[in-house]
Amino acid sequence: MPNASATLTKPIGKPVGRSGKIRAKLWRDRYAYLLVIPGALFFLVYKYVPMLGLVIAFQNYSPFLGFARSEWVGLDHFRTLFEEPEVVRVMWNTLVLSFLQIVFAFPAPILLALMLNEVRSQLYKRIIQSIVYLPHFLSWVIVVGIFMIFLRAEGLINSFLEVAFGREVPIDFLTTPAFFRPILVLQVVWKEVGWGTIIFLAALAGVSQELYEAAIVDGASRWRQIWHITLPGIRSTIVILLILRLGNVLDSGFEQIFLMLNAFTMDVGNVLDTYVYYKGIQQSDYSFATAVGLFKGAIGLVLVVGANRLAKRFGEEGVY
Amino acid sequence: MNHRTWTDRLFDGVNYALLALLAVVMLFPFLYIFSVSFTTFEQYLQSDLLLWPTRWATDAYEFIFRSDSFMRAIGVTVYLTVVGTIVNLLFTTTMAFGLTRGIYGQRIVVLLVLFTVLFSAGMIPTYLVVKATGLLNSIWALILPSAIGSVSLIIIRQFFMSLPQELFEAAIMDGANDLQLFGRLALPLSKPALAAFGLFYAVSHWNTYFAGILYLNDPKQWPIQVILRQIVVQSDPTNALGAAEQLMLDNPPPPMTVQMAAILVAMLPILLVYPFLQKHFAKGVMLGAVKG
Repeated sequence: MPNASATLTKPIGKPVGRSGKIRAKLWRDRYAYLLVIPGALFFLVYKYVPMLGLVIAFQNYSPFLGFARSEWVGLDHFRTLFEEPEVVRVMWNTLVLSFLQIVFAFPAPILLALMLNEVRSQLYKRIIQSIVYLPHFLSWVIVVGIFMIFLRAEGLINSFLEVAFGREVPIDFLTTPAFFRPILVLQVVWKEVGWGTIIFLAALAGVSQELYEAAIVDGASRWRQIWHITLPGIRSTIVILLILRLGNVLDSGFEQIFLMLNAFTMDVGNVLDTYVYYKGIQQSDYSFATAVGLFKGAIGLVLVVGANRLAKRFGEEGVY
Repeated sequence: MNHRTWTDRLFDGVNYALLALLAVVMLFPFLYIFSVSFTTFEQYLQSDLLLWPTRWATDAYEFIFRSDSFMRAIGVTVYLTVVGTIVNLLFTTTMAFGLTRGIYGQRIVVLLVLFTVLFSAGMIPTYLVVKATGLLNSIWALILPSAIGSVSLIIIRQFFMSLPQELFEAAIMDGANDLQLFGRLALPLSKPALAAFGLFYAVSHWNTYFAGILYLNDPKQWPIQVILRQIVVQSDPTNALGAAEQLMLDNPPPPMTVQMAAILVAMLPILLVYPFLQKHFAKGVMLGAVKG
């Protein structure tokens, strides 16, 4: 399209004026826009519009009145949040559970990766890996279902206790609060320990063979090799992953916990995410639940971004 | 290799043994459930400790395959998985490729996608939007709101960017437009990546549970995990907190053997694709971890 102010032309003969240039590029990219638009619409409608919907945390939202006509209450819900004992309890449960997971479920894949790494036979290693990766792909319904089948009053564990130790009264694993958190952590380990080794195995593969050879020449046993070469070699990977895991400390695995909760274990088991569900969807306290959710999301964002920055900085220092 | 001292051998022995033990512990639940599912109801109730059926019977499986709600749920889930995965791949690959062509606003859009990895509006606002877009009580509530996984999008986009540029330049000189570059070059070249992510999305759909009970009120529309959950939990009087679930089996609660058979049948598709999952998944994860 000829432009009166054009004095330069591109080799393919397209006129170059400011608006002409922009329009030309838009036209040239028209198919790319076509490709992007469906996905962009998705993000807009199902990711960003809900973020706009967060305003109901500042209202007393009623579905009948809608956004426009629901009463505005400012920070009231957030104030209640800090005072409501249930919120404090739920926050505590979330942190305790996360802490237990970090102490027990985080090191497990590392240990397993170290063990797998020491296996000489590739076939044996791959067999073990195949077995150990499987639970990762199963749904939580199945994993929790399997645990329930084992741990119930009529389940295998109690039957075994009865037959082997003459224990008449079955242990109520699933309804005793004291067992709730340990069972949860055990489930996470069973499901994810295998899959979690992947990234550590990759890091282990990066440790220089020469170091091992030098150590063997010096007469180091396998233990010492692991202690002095392997572990330091993956130290930075471990630290980075730990920092990132800490960034997610407020996340506790909604579906797993939701499936395990019952009236007896609510006190120890209800976490932020499940609390938001019960309050918001079941009790229709939309605004308050959204406020709790927003609170968690905001803190989570700060933590995750902070953790990412920290991990990056450590990564740069830690690489020598 | 150098000579192995006896401490080396001991180390290896212990290592191999521990790993074998771990494998047994991991496998045992499945083996137990598998074998007990082939017992008859009565046999199970009578025995104190049952590890192996005295007489193999397929009662539990017959029960399951005759159960309308179970089979219907399987059908629903197959549909959900197939259609859902196609939608996923369609939306994800198109947007991923479109964002490699250097359009205006590309960087902002990528940043906006990245942001969704760090922060999400949460359950309630999303629920309200799903409701507002009329998807409640439709299987599409399980497909559209999760059409694109942000991390998958980012990884696939990086993959597209890693394809050799000369091929694209050559095609452009032959007059290809972006659509043709996408369909005739990018897609065929990314079959392994597409297979990996397709499997990833498919497994996720097959395992759908919570979205099912959140967005679907009619038991006839429930995916298999929801029905499975009911089957397993129904005999538990302590589980009074099961959302909107109602008893759909009007007989007494299904015996343990049926629960076990149900779990295994629901697991079967995952087991069938497992070899492919293993092959592609570890690679896909590594791709993401290395580049991300």
